[in-house]
Amino acid sequence: MNYLFTKIKPSRGFITLFYKEVLRFWKVAAQTVAAPVLTALLYLLIFSHVLASHVEVHGVPYASFLVPGLVMMSVLQNAFANTSSSLIQSKVTGNLVFVLLPPISHNEFFAAYVLASVVRGLVVGAGVLAVTTWFGSLSYAAPLWILVFAIMGGAIMGTLGLIAGIWAEKYDQLAAFQNFLILPLTFLSGVFYSIASLPPFWQHVSRWNPVFYMIDGFRHGFFGVSDISPWVSLLVGLLCLVILLLITLSALKRGYKLRA
Amino acid sequence: MISAVSIVDVVKNFGSLQALAGVSIEIEQGEFFGLLGPNGAGKTTLISSLAGLIRPDSGVLKVLGHDVIRDFREARRLLGVVPQELVFDPFFNVRETLRIQSGYFGIRNNDAWIDEILENLDLTSKADANMRTLSGGMKRRVLVAQALVHRPPVIVLDEPTAGVDVELRQTLWRFVRRLNEDGHTIVLTTHYLEEAESLCGRIAMLKAGQVVALDTTRNLLSRFSSHILRLRTTSDKPAQLGMTQEQVAQESATQECSSSWWTCGFAHFDEIEPMLARIRNAGCVIDELEIGKPDLEDVFVRVMQEQHHEQVRAA
Repeated sequence: MNYLFTKIKPSRGFITLFYKEVLRFWKVAAQTVAAPVLTALLYLLIFSHVLASHVEVHGVPYASFLVPGLVMMSVLQNAFANTSSSLIQSKVTGNLVFVLLPPISHNEFFAAYVLASVVRGLVVGAGVLAVTTWFGSLSYAAPLWILVFAIMGGAIMGTLGLIAGIWAEKYDQLAAFQNFLILPLTFLSGVFYSIASLPPFWQHVSRWNPVFYMIDGFRHGFFGVSDISPWVSLLVGLLCLVILLLITLSALKRGYKLRA
Repeated sequence: MISAVSIVDVVKNFGSLQALAGVSIEIEQGEFFGLLGPNGAGKTTLISSLAGLIRPDSGVLKVLGHDVIRDFREARRLLGVVPQELVFDPFFNVRETLRIQSGYFGIRNNDAWIDEILENLDLTSKADANMRTLSGGMKRRVLVAQALVHRPPVIVLDEPTAGVDVELRQTLWRFVRRLNEDGHTIVLTTHYLEEAESLCGRIAMLKAGQVVALDTTRNLLSRFSSHILRLRTTSDKPAQLGMTQEQVAQESATQECSSSWWTCGFAHFDEIEPMLARIRNAGCVIDELEIGKPDLEDVFVRVMQEQHHEQVRAA
Protein backbone atom coordinates (compact mmCIF):
# COMPACT_ATOMS: atom_id res chain seq x y z
CA MET A 1 0.00 0.00 0.00
CA ASN A 2 1.46 3.34 -0.95
CA TYR A 3 -0.66 6.04 0.60
CA LEU A 4 0.39 9.67 0.62
CA PHE A 5 -1.28 9.97 4.01
CA THR A 6 0.12 7.04 5.94
CA LYS A 7 -1.06 7.68 9.47
CA ILE A 8 -3.31 10.32 10.93
CA LYS A 9 -3.04 9.32 14.60
CA PRO A 10 -0.53 11.69 16.22
CA SER A 11 2.54 9.98 17.62
CA ARG A 12 4.89 11.18 20.34
CA GLY A 13 7.45 11.91 17.63
CA PHE A 14 5.05 14.38 16.05
CA ILE A 15 4.20 15.98 19.39
CA THR A 16 7.89 16.34 20.27
CA LEU A 17 8.77 17.84 16.89
CA PHE A 18 5.88 20.30 17.22
CA TYR A 19 6.99 21.18 20.77
CA LYS A 20 10.61 21.59 19.63
CA GLU A 21 9.58 23.91 16.81
CA VAL A 22 7.49 26.07 19.17
CA LEU A 23 10.28 26.09 21.77
CA ARG A 24 12.79 27.06 19.07
CA PHE A 25 11.03 30.31 18.16
CA TRP A 26 10.00 31.03 21.75
CA LYS A 27 13.62 30.87 22.93
CA VAL A 28 14.41 33.78 20.62
CA ALA A 29 11.09 35.58 21.12
CA ALA A 30 12.70 39.02 20.98
CA GLN A 31 13.61 38.29 17.38
CA THR A 32 10.66 36.13 16.35
CA VAL A 33 7.76 37.77 18.21
CA ALA A 34 8.67 41.22 19.58
CA ALA A 35 10.47 42.45 16.45
CA PRO A 36 7.56 41.82 14.03
CA VAL A 37 5.14 43.38 16.53
CA LEU A 38 7.29 46.51 16.62
CA THR A 39 7.50 46.57 12.81
CA ALA A 40 3.70 46.41 12.51
CA LEU A 41 3.36 49.15 15.11
CA LEU A 42 5.71 51.40 13.12
CA TYR A 43 3.69 50.77 9.94
CA LEU A 44 0.53 51.77 11.78
CA LEU A 45 2.05 54.88 13.32
CA ILE A 46 3.41 56.13 10.00
CA PHE A 47 0.46 55.29 7.75
CA SER A 48 -2.24 56.32 10.19
CA HIS A 49 -0.42 59.62 10.88
CA VAL A 50 -0.19 60.43 7.18
CA LEU A 51 -3.58 59.17 6.04
CA ALA A 52 -5.95 58.90 9.00
CA SER A 53 -7.53 62.32 8.65
CA HIS A 54 -7.97 61.92 4.90
CA VAL A 55 -9.20 58.40 4.21
CA GLU A 56 -12.14 56.18 5.09
CA VAL A 57 -12.47 52.68 3.68
CA HIS A 58 -15.81 50.84 3.60
CA GLY A 59 -17.03 53.56 5.98
CA VAL A 60 -14.32 52.64 8.49
CA PRO A 61 -11.61 55.14 9.62
CA TYR A 62 -8.28 54.34 7.94
CA ALA A 63 -6.41 53.53 11.17
CA SER A 64 -9.11 51.03 12.14
CA PHE A 65 -9.13 49.58 8.60
CA LEU A 66 -5.35 49.17 8.73
CA VAL A 67 -5.18 47.22 12.00
CA PRO A 68 -6.65 43.87 10.79
CA GLY A 69 -4.54 44.09 7.61
CA LEU A 70 -1.36 44.54 9.62
CA VAL A 71 -2.34 41.76 12.02
CA MET A 72 -2.98 39.33 9.16
CA MET A 73 0.18 40.38 7.32
CA SER A 74 2.17 39.61 10.48
CA VAL A 75 0.46 36.23 10.84
CA LEU A 76 1.26 35.32 7.25
CA GLN A 77 4.85 36.55 7.15
CA ASN A 78 5.78 34.96 10.46
CA ALA A 79 4.15 31.65 9.65
CA PHE A 80 6.24 31.58 6.46
CA ALA A 81 9.38 32.63 8.30
CA ASN A 82 9.02 29.94 10.96
CA THR A 83 9.00 26.88 8.73
CA SER A 84 11.36 28.24 6.10
CA SER A 85 14.02 29.54 8.49
CA SER A 86 13.88 26.49 10.75
CA LEU A 87 14.29 24.10 7.85
CA ILE A 88 17.04 26.00 6.04
CA GLN A 89 18.99 26.42 9.29
CA SER A 90 18.71 22.72 10.00
CA LYS A 91 19.76 21.87 6.45
CA VAL A 92 22.71 24.23 6.36
CA THR A 93 24.01 23.30 9.82
CA GLY A 94 23.28 19.62 9.25
CA ASN A 95 21.19 19.08 12.38
CA LEU A 96 18.18 18.06 10.28
CA VAL A 97 19.63 14.57 10.61
CA PHE A 98 18.22 14.43 14.17
CA VAL A 99 14.70 14.69 12.71
CA LEU A 100 15.37 12.41 9.74
CA LEU A 101 16.84 9.52 11.74
CA PRO A 102 13.89 8.90 14.13
CA PRO A 103 10.68 7.08 13.14
CA ILE A 104 8.79 10.24 12.14
CA SER A 105 6.66 9.91 9.01
CA HIS A 106 6.45 12.57 6.31
CA ASN A 107 2.88 13.40 7.43
CA GLU A 108 4.02 13.98 11.01
CA PHE A 109 6.97 16.03 9.81
CA PHE A 110 4.61 18.20 7.76
CA ALA A 111 2.00 18.60 10.48
CA ALA A 112 4.51 19.45 13.22
CA TYR A 113 6.30 22.14 11.20
CA VAL A 114 3.10 23.71 9.85
CA LEU A 115 1.27 23.67 13.19
CA ALA A 116 4.23 25.34 14.89
CA SER A 117 4.25 27.99 12.17
CA VAL A 118 0.54 28.61 12.75
CA VAL A 119 1.21 29.00 16.48
CA ARG A 120 3.97 31.54 15.80
CA GLY A 121 1.72 33.39 13.34
CA LEU A 122 -1.10 33.53 15.90
CA VAL A 123 1.21 34.62 18.73
CA VAL A 124 2.67 37.45 16.63
CA GLY A 125 -0.79 38.34 15.31
CA ALA A 126 -2.16 38.54 18.85
CA GLY A 127 0.79 40.72 19.83
CA VAL A 128 0.24 43.08 16.90
CA LEU A 129 -3.48 43.23 17.69
CA ALA A 130 -2.74 43.97 21.35
CA VAL A 131 -0.48 46.94 20.62
CA THR A 132 -2.34 48.36 17.63
CA THR A 133 -5.91 47.99 18.87
CA TRP A 134 -5.57 51.34 20.73
CA PHE A 135 -5.03 53.20 17.49
CA GLY A 136 -8.36 52.34 15.92
CA SER A 137 -11.86 51.52 17.07
CA LEU A 138 -12.21 47.84 16.19
CA SER A 139 -15.43 45.91 16.24
CA TYR A 140 -15.51 42.11 16.19
CA ALA A 141 -18.46 41.51 13.86
CA ALA A 142 -17.75 37.82 13.19
CA PRO A 143 -14.99 36.43 15.49
CA LEU A 144 -15.19 32.97 13.95
CA TRP A 145 -14.12 34.33 10.56
CA ILE A 146 -11.19 36.05 12.28
CA LEU A 147 -10.04 32.75 13.75
CA VAL A 148 -10.71 30.70 10.61
CA PHE A 149 -8.77 33.03 8.31
CA ALA A 150 -5.91 33.51 10.78
CA ILE A 151 -5.42 29.73 11.11
CA MET A 152 -5.94 29.00 7.43
CA GLY A 153 -3.68 31.86 6.34
CA GLY A 154 -1.00 30.73 8.78
CA ALA A 155 -1.27 27.14 7.52
CA ILE A 156 -1.00 28.23 3.87
CA MET A 157 2.06 30.37 4.49
CA GLY A 158 3.60 27.79 6.84
CA THR A 159 3.23 25.20 4.07
CA LEU A 160 4.70 27.61 1.52
CA GLY A 161 7.58 28.18 3.96
CA LEU A 162 8.10 24.43 4.16
CA ILE A 163 8.26 24.23 0.36
CA ALA A 164 10.76 27.11 0.30
CA GLY A 165 12.83 25.48 3.06
CA ILE A 166 12.87 22.13 1.27
CA TRP A 167 13.76 23.71 -2.08
CA ALA A 168 16.38 26.21 -0.92
CA GLU A 169 19.91 25.00 -0.34
CA LYS A 170 21.37 28.36 0.68
CA TYR A 171 20.14 31.35 2.66
CA ASP A 172 20.19 33.61 -0.40
CA GLN A 173 17.84 31.28 -2.27
CA LEU A 174 15.41 31.52 0.62
CA ALA A 175 15.81 35.30 0.73
CA ALA A 176 14.98 35.43 -2.99
CA PHE A 177 11.83 33.38 -2.37
CA GLN A 178 10.87 35.72 0.45
CA ASN A 179 11.70 39.01 -1.30
CA PHE A 180 10.41 38.23 -4.77
CA LEU A 181 7.33 36.16 -3.93
CA ILE A 182 6.12 36.45 -0.34
CA LEU A 183 6.71 40.17 0.15
CA PRO A 184 4.95 41.30 -3.06
CA LEU A 185 2.09 38.88 -2.43
CA THR A 186 1.49 40.26 1.07
CA PHE A 187 2.10 43.95 0.30
CA LEU A 188 -0.13 43.87 -2.81
CA SER A 189 -2.97 42.04 -1.11
CA GLY A 190 -5.00 44.92 0.30
CA VAL A 191 -3.25 45.25 3.64
CA PHE A 192 -2.98 49.01 3.23
CA TYR A 193 -5.97 49.64 0.92
CA SER A 194 -9.22 48.22 -0.40
CA ILE A 195 -8.85 46.81 -3.90
CA ALA A 196 -12.08 48.69 -4.75
CA SER A 197 -9.89 51.80 -4.82
CA LEU A 198 -7.65 50.32 -7.55
CA PRO A 199 -8.09 50.74 -11.33
CA PRO A 200 -10.05 47.84 -12.91
CA PHE A 201 -6.91 46.20 -14.33
CA TRP A 202 -5.16 46.05 -10.94
CA GLN A 203 -8.38 44.92 -9.27
CA HIS A 204 -8.38 42.00 -11.71
CA VAL A 205 -4.70 41.26 -10.99
CA SER A 206 -5.33 41.40 -7.22
CA ARG A 207 -7.99 38.71 -7.53
CA TRP A 208 -5.25 36.28 -8.67
CA ASN A 209 -3.38 36.89 -5.42
CA PRO A 210 -4.48 34.29 -2.86
CA VAL A 211 -3.21 36.43 0.02
CA PHE A 212 -5.80 39.06 -0.90
CA TYR A 213 -8.57 36.61 0.01
CA MET A 214 -6.94 35.85 3.38
CA ILE A 215 -6.68 39.55 4.28
CA ASP A 216 -10.16 40.36 2.99
CA GLY A 217 -11.81 37.46 4.81
CA PHE A 218 -9.92 38.26 8.01
CA ARG A 219 -10.97 41.90 7.84
CA HIS A 220 -14.58 40.83 7.25
CA GLY A 221 -14.44 39.21 10.70
CA PHE A 222 -13.81 42.61 12.25
CA PHE A 223 -16.06 44.95 10.28
CA GLY A 224 -18.61 42.65 8.65
CA VAL A 225 -17.81 44.23 5.27
CA SER A 226 -15.29 43.13 2.64
CA ASP A 227 -14.46 43.35 -1.06
CA ILE A 228 -15.37 39.68 -1.58
CA SER A 229 -17.77 37.31 0.22
CA PRO A 230 -15.87 35.53 3.04
CA TRP A 231 -17.25 32.23 1.73
CA VAL A 232 -15.50 32.78 -1.60
CA SER A 233 -12.32 33.73 0.28
CA LEU A 234 -12.65 30.57 2.38
CA LEU A 235 -13.03 28.43 -0.74
CA VAL A 236 -10.00 30.02 -2.42
CA GLY A 237 -7.96 29.61 0.78
CA LEU A 238 -8.90 25.96 1.18
CA LEU A 239 -8.10 25.25 -2.46
CA CYS A 240 -4.67 26.86 -2.10
CA LEU A 241 -4.02 24.95 1.11
CA VAL A 242 -4.94 21.60 -0.43
CA ILE A 243 -2.76 22.21 -3.50
CA LEU A 244 0.25 23.29 -1.40
CA LEU A 245 -0.32 20.43 1.04
CA LEU A 246 -0.31 17.83 -1.75
CA ILE A 247 2.86 19.32 -3.28
CA THR A 248 4.63 19.38 0.09
CA LEU A 249 3.58 15.89 1.18
CA SER A 250 4.64 14.50 -2.16
CA ALA A 251 8.06 16.16 -1.84
CA LEU A 252 8.48 14.95 1.75
CA LYS A 253 7.40 11.41 0.88
CA ARG A 254 9.97 11.27 -1.93
CA GLY A 255 12.56 12.83 0.36
CA TYR A 256 13.11 15.58 -2.22
CA LYS A 257 16.30 17.47 -1.28
CA LEU A 258 16.14 16.02 2.23
CA ARG A 259 16.98 12.35 1.71
CA ALA A 260 19.45 11.90 -1.17
CA MET B 1 18.60 -16.04 14.24
CA ILE B 2 17.67 -12.86 12.39
CA SER B 3 20.66 -10.76 11.32
CA ALA B 4 21.15 -7.49 13.18
CA VAL B 5 21.88 -5.85 9.85
CA SER B 6 21.16 -7.33 6.46
CA ILE B 7 22.45 -5.57 3.36
CA VAL B 8 21.68 -7.30 0.08
CA ASP B 9 22.99 -6.14 -3.29
CA VAL B 10 22.67 -2.43 -2.57
CA VAL B 11 23.40 -0.07 -5.45
CA LYS B 12 23.51 3.70 -5.24
CA ASN B 13 24.55 6.14 -7.94
CA PHE B 14 25.01 9.87 -7.62
CA GLY B 15 24.80 10.94 -11.24
CA SER B 16 27.67 9.20 -13.03
CA LEU B 17 29.39 8.27 -9.76
CA GLN B 18 28.67 4.78 -8.50
CA ALA B 19 28.88 5.10 -4.71
CA LEU B 20 27.69 1.55 -3.96
CA ALA B 21 28.10 -1.16 -6.58
CA GLY B 22 26.07 -4.07 -5.24
CA VAL B 23 27.14 -4.30 -1.60
CA SER B 24 26.00 -7.34 0.42
CA ILE B 25 26.86 -7.78 4.11
CA GLU B 26 25.20 -9.74 6.92
CA ILE B 27 25.97 -8.65 10.50
CA GLU B 28 24.93 -11.00 13.29
CA GLN B 29 23.34 -9.87 16.53
CA GLY B 30 25.88 -8.98 19.20
CA GLU B 31 28.75 -8.50 16.75
CA PHE B 32 31.29 -5.69 16.91
CA PHE B 33 31.65 -5.11 13.20
CA GLY B 34 34.11 -2.83 11.42
CA LEU B 35 33.52 -1.12 8.11
CA LEU B 36 36.80 0.11 6.66
CA GLY B 37 37.85 1.75 3.46
CA PRO B 38 39.61 4.78 2.04
CA ASN B 39 37.79 8.10 1.62
CA GLY B 40 35.08 7.79 -1.01
CA ALA B 41 34.84 4.00 -0.62
CA GLY B 42 31.11 4.20 0.14
CA LYS B 43 31.10 3.63 3.93
CA THR B 44 29.02 6.68 4.81
CA THR B 45 26.71 6.12 1.83
CA LEU B 46 26.10 2.59 3.08
CA ILE B 47 25.43 3.76 6.63
CA SER B 48 23.19 6.58 5.40
CA SER B 49 21.23 4.05 3.33
CA LEU B 50 20.81 1.89 6.41
CA ALA B 51 19.62 4.91 8.42
CA GLY B 52 17.15 5.99 5.72
CA LEU B 53 19.03 9.22 4.98
CA ILE B 54 19.80 8.01 1.47
CA ARG B 55 17.52 5.99 -0.75
CA PRO B 56 19.40 3.28 -2.64
CA ASP B 57 18.66 2.74 -6.33
CA SER B 58 18.24 -0.98 -5.71
CA GLY B 59 18.84 -3.64 -3.08
CA VAL B 60 17.43 -4.34 0.35
CA LEU B 61 18.55 -3.13 3.77
CA LYS B 62 17.08 -4.52 6.98
CA VAL B 63 17.62 -3.87 10.67
CA LEU B 64 16.70 -6.92 12.74
CA GLY B 65 14.48 -8.09 9.90
CA HIS B 66 12.72 -4.75 9.35
CA ASP B 67 13.07 -3.18 5.91
CA VAL B 68 14.46 0.35 6.30
CA ILE B 69 12.03 1.74 3.70
CA ARG B 70 8.83 -0.32 3.93
CA ASP B 71 9.00 -0.80 7.70
CA PHE B 72 10.92 2.38 8.46
CA ARG B 73 9.37 3.07 11.87
CA GLU B 74 10.51 -0.18 13.44
CA ALA B 75 13.84 -0.20 11.59
CA ARG B 76 14.70 3.30 12.80
CA ARG B 77 13.53 2.53 16.34
CA LEU B 78 16.04 -0.35 16.43
CA LEU B 79 18.92 1.70 15.07
CA GLY B 80 21.08 4.39 16.69
CA VAL B 81 23.40 6.33 14.44
CA VAL B 82 26.29 8.60 15.44
CA PRO B 83 26.78 10.79 12.37
CA GLN B 84 30.22 11.63 11.10
CA GLU B 85 29.65 15.39 10.92
CA LEU B 86 29.82 17.38 14.15
CA VAL B 87 26.26 18.75 14.07
CA PHE B 88 24.13 20.21 16.86
CA ASP B 89 21.05 22.33 17.46
CA PRO B 90 22.21 25.67 18.90
CA PHE B 91 18.83 26.50 20.48
CA PHE B 92 19.01 23.88 23.22
CA ASN B 93 21.16 22.70 26.11
CA VAL B 94 22.45 19.14 26.42
CA ARG B 95 19.58 17.81 28.53
CA GLU B 96 16.93 19.45 26.34
CA THR B 97 18.64 18.00 23.27
CA LEU B 98 18.50 14.49 24.74
CA ARG B 99 14.91 14.86 25.96
CA ILE B 100 13.81 16.05 22.53
CA GLN B 101 15.67 13.19 20.85
CA SER B 102 13.94 10.74 23.24
CA GLY B 103 10.58 12.25 22.30
CA TYR B 104 11.27 11.76 18.60
CA PHE B 105 11.55 8.04 19.35
CA GLY B 106 8.31 8.06 21.32
CA ILE B 107 9.92 7.93 24.77
CA ARG B 108 8.68 10.07 27.67
CA ASN B 109 10.23 10.45 31.12
CA ASN B 110 13.61 9.17 29.96
CA ASP B 111 15.67 11.14 32.49
CA ALA B 112 17.03 8.11 34.37
CA TRP B 113 18.60 6.68 31.21
CA ILE B 114 19.68 10.14 30.04
CA ASP B 115 21.50 10.63 33.36
CA GLU B 116 23.20 7.27 32.97
CA ILE B 117 24.37 8.11 29.45
CA LEU B 118 25.59 11.54 30.60
CA GLU B 119 27.56 9.94 33.41
CA ASN B 120 29.09 7.27 31.18
CA LEU B 121 30.19 9.87 28.66
CA ASP B 122 31.47 12.30 31.34
CA LEU B 123 28.82 14.84 30.37
CA THR B 124 26.98 15.25 33.68
CA SER B 125 28.59 18.60 34.46
CA LYS B 126 27.57 19.89 31.02
CA ALA B 127 23.91 18.79 31.19
CA ASP B 128 22.60 22.36 31.43
CA ALA B 129 25.17 23.93 29.09
CA ASN B 130 23.99 25.23 25.75
CA MET B 131 25.29 23.19 22.83
CA ARG B 132 27.00 26.25 21.35
CA THR B 133 29.26 26.58 24.40
CA LEU B 134 30.65 23.03 24.22
CA SER B 135 34.04 22.09 22.82
CA GLY B 136 34.27 19.86 19.75
CA GLY B 137 34.98 16.80 21.88
CA MET B 138 32.00 17.48 24.13
CA LYS B 139 29.73 17.98 21.12
CA ARG B 140 30.95 14.62 19.82
CA ARG B 141 29.97 13.02 23.13
CA VAL B 142 26.49 14.53 22.87
CA LEU B 143 26.17 13.05 19.37
CA VAL B 144 26.93 9.64 20.83
CA ALA B 145 24.43 10.25 23.64
CA GLN B 146 21.74 11.25 21.12
CA ALA B 147 22.23 7.98 19.26
CA LEU B 148 21.74 6.02 22.48
CA VAL B 149 18.72 7.76 24.08
CA HIS B 150 16.27 5.18 22.74
CA ARG B 151 18.45 2.19 23.73
CA PRO B 152 18.82 0.87 20.18
CA PRO B 153 19.93 -2.76 19.86
CA VAL B 154 21.99 -1.83 16.78
CA ILE B 155 24.40 1.09 17.07
CA VAL B 156 26.26 2.58 14.12
CA LEU B 157 29.26 4.77 14.82
CA ASP B 158 30.47 6.64 11.74
CA GLU B 159 34.03 7.72 12.54
CA PRO B 160 33.16 8.67 16.11
CA THR B 161 36.75 9.43 17.13
CA ALA B 162 37.70 11.61 14.18
CA GLY B 163 39.57 14.60 15.58
CA VAL B 164 38.92 13.89 19.27
CA ASP B 165 41.37 13.60 22.13
CA VAL B 166 42.68 10.44 23.75
CA GLU B 167 40.52 10.86 26.85
CA LEU B 168 37.28 10.85 24.86
CA ARG B 169 38.42 7.88 22.82
CA GLN B 170 39.08 5.88 25.94
CA THR B 171 35.80 6.96 27.57
CA LEU B 172 33.87 6.22 24.39
CA TRP B 173 35.40 2.81 23.74
CA ARG B 174 34.93 1.79 27.36
CA PHE B 175 31.22 2.65 27.10
CA VAL B 176 30.76 1.11 23.65
CA ARG B 177 32.53 -2.10 24.75
CA ARG B 178 30.12 -2.31 27.69
CA LEU B 179 27.14 -1.81 25.38
CA ASN B 180 28.48 -4.58 23.15
CA GLU B 181 28.93 -6.87 26.15
CA ASP B 182 25.32 -6.10 27.09
CA GLY B 183 24.24 -7.46 23.70
CA HIS B 184 24.14 -4.37 21.48
CA THR B 185 25.38 -4.86 17.95
CA ILE B 186 28.02 -2.29 17.06
CA VAL B 187 28.90 -1.23 13.52
CA LEU B 188 31.98 0.98 13.40
CA THR B 189 33.64 2.92 10.63
CA THR B 190 36.99 4.44 11.40
CA HIS B 191 40.25 5.49 9.81
CA TYR B 192 42.10 4.47 12.98
CA LEU B 193 42.87 0.89 12.04
CA GLU B 194 44.38 0.03 15.41
CA GLU B 195 40.96 0.83 16.94
CA ALA B 196 39.20 -1.48 14.51
CA GLU B 197 41.82 -4.19 15.12
CA SER B 198 41.37 -4.11 18.89
CA LEU B 199 37.57 -3.72 18.91
CA CYS B 200 36.06 -5.49 15.91
CA GLY B 201 35.45 -9.20 15.68
CA ARG B 202 34.71 -9.02 11.98
CA ILE B 203 35.63 -6.49 9.34
CA ALA B 204 34.47 -5.55 5.86
CA MET B 205 36.75 -3.52 3.63
CA LEU B 206 35.16 -1.36 0.98
CA LYS B 207 36.71 0.18 -2.07
CA ALA B 208 34.96 2.06 -4.87
CA GLY B 209 31.58 0.95 -3.55
CA GLN B 210 32.44 -2.75 -3.42
CA VAL B 211 33.27 -5.14 -0.62
CA VAL B 212 36.86 -6.22 -1.30
CA ALA B 213 37.39 -8.17 1.93
CA LEU B 214 35.00 -9.55 4.52
CA ASP B 215 36.25 -11.82 7.27
CA THR B 216 37.00 -12.11 10.97
CA THR B 217 39.74 -9.77 12.14
CA ARG B 218 41.91 -12.78 13.03
CA ASN B 219 41.59 -14.30 9.55
CA LEU B 220 42.30 -10.98 7.91
CA LEU B 221 45.44 -10.52 9.98
CA SER B 222 46.76 -13.93 8.91
CA ARG B 223 45.48 -13.61 5.36
CA PHE B 224 48.78 -12.71 3.70
CA SER B 225 51.32 -14.01 6.20
CA SER B 226 51.42 -14.90 9.84
CA HIS B 227 54.64 -12.90 10.52
CA ILE B 228 56.49 -10.00 8.98
CA LEU B 229 60.23 -9.45 8.62
CA ARG B 230 61.26 -5.80 8.54
CA LEU B 231 64.80 -4.66 7.88
CA ARG B 232 66.58 -1.37 7.28
CA THR B 233 69.42 -1.15 4.81
CA THR B 234 71.13 1.32 2.52
CA SER B 235 71.01 -1.15 -0.36
CA ASP B 236 68.15 -1.58 -2.81
CA LYS B 237 68.97 -5.29 -3.22
CA PRO B 238 65.93 -6.41 -1.16
CA ALA B 239 63.74 -5.37 -4.09
CA GLN B 240 65.40 -8.07 -6.23
CA LEU B 241 64.63 -10.57 -3.47
CA GLY B 242 60.92 -9.82 -3.50
CA MET B 243 60.79 -7.51 -0.49
CA THR B 244 58.56 -4.44 -0.44
CA GLN B 245 59.91 -1.01 0.33
CA GLU B 246 57.86 0.81 2.97
CA GLN B 247 56.37 4.17 2.19
CA VAL B 248 58.00 6.78 4.43
CA ALA B 249 56.88 10.23 5.40
CA GLN B 250 58.61 13.09 3.59
CA GLU B 251 60.44 14.37 6.67
CA SER B 252 61.69 10.86 7.56
CA ALA B 253 62.83 10.35 4.00
CA THR B 254 65.00 13.46 4.07
CA GLN B 255 66.47 12.60 7.47
CA GLU B 256 67.41 9.05 6.55
CA CYS B 257 67.84 9.37 2.85
CA SER B 258 70.59 6.73 2.71
CA SER B 259 68.59 3.83 4.22
CA SER B 260 65.04 2.56 4.02
CA TRP B 261 62.80 -0.10 5.52
CA TRP B 262 61.87 -3.25 3.60
CA THR B 263 59.30 -5.87 4.52
CA CYS B 264 58.28 -9.36 3.56
CA GLY B 265 55.83 -11.80 5.04
CA PHE B 266 56.42 -15.41 5.95
CA ALA B 267 54.36 -18.23 7.34
CA HIS B 268 56.98 -20.10 9.45
CA PHE B 269 60.08 -19.04 11.37
CA ASP B 270 62.27 -21.54 9.48
CA GLU B 271 61.83 -19.39 6.38
CA ILE B 272 63.76 -16.52 8.02
CA GLU B 273 67.30 -17.85 7.90
CA PRO B 274 67.20 -18.70 4.14
CA MET B 275 65.86 -15.21 3.46
CA LEU B 276 68.61 -13.57 5.55
CA ALA B 277 71.20 -15.75 3.77
CA ARG B 278 69.96 -14.56 0.39
CA ILE B 279 70.21 -10.96 1.63
CA ARG B 280 73.79 -11.51 2.89
CA ASN B 281 74.80 -13.27 -0.34
CA ALA B 282 73.47 -10.33 -2.29
CA GLY B 283 76.01 -8.17 -0.43
CA CYS B 284 73.45 -6.24 1.50
CA VAL B 285 74.34 -4.97 5.00
CA ILE B 286 71.41 -4.93 7.45
CA ASP B 287 71.40 -1.90 9.79
CA GLU B 288 68.30 -2.87 11.77
CA LEU B 289 65.95 -5.86 11.85
CA GLU B 290 62.52 -6.59 13.33
CA ILE B 291 60.18 -9.56 13.30
CA GLY B 292 56.56 -8.92 14.12
CA LYS B 293 52.98 -9.77 13.40
CA PRO B 294 51.13 -7.94 10.63
CA ASP B 295 48.64 -5.36 11.85
CA LEU B 296 45.39 -4.36 10.23
CA GLU B 297 47.09 -1.48 8.49
CA ASP B 298 49.39 -3.92 6.66
CA VAL B 299 46.39 -6.00 5.63
CA PHE B 300 44.41 -2.93 4.63
CA VAL B 301 47.24 -1.64 2.45
CA ARG B 302 47.74 -5.06 0.84
CA VAL B 303 44.02 -5.48 0.12
CA MET B 304 43.79 -2.01 -1.39
CA GLN B 305 46.95 -2.59 -3.47
CA GLU B 306 45.64 -5.94 -4.72
CA GLN B 307 42.39 -4.29 -5.67
CA HIS B 308 44.22 -1.53 -7.48
CA HIS B 309 46.35 -4.06 -9.43
CA GLU B 310 43.22 -6.00 -10.37
CA GLN B 311 41.61 -2.83 -11.67
CA VAL B 312 44.74 -1.98 -13.68
CA ARG B 313 44.82 -5.50 -15.12
CA ALA B 314 41.13 -5.30 -16.00
CA ALA B 315 41.68 -1.94 -17.70
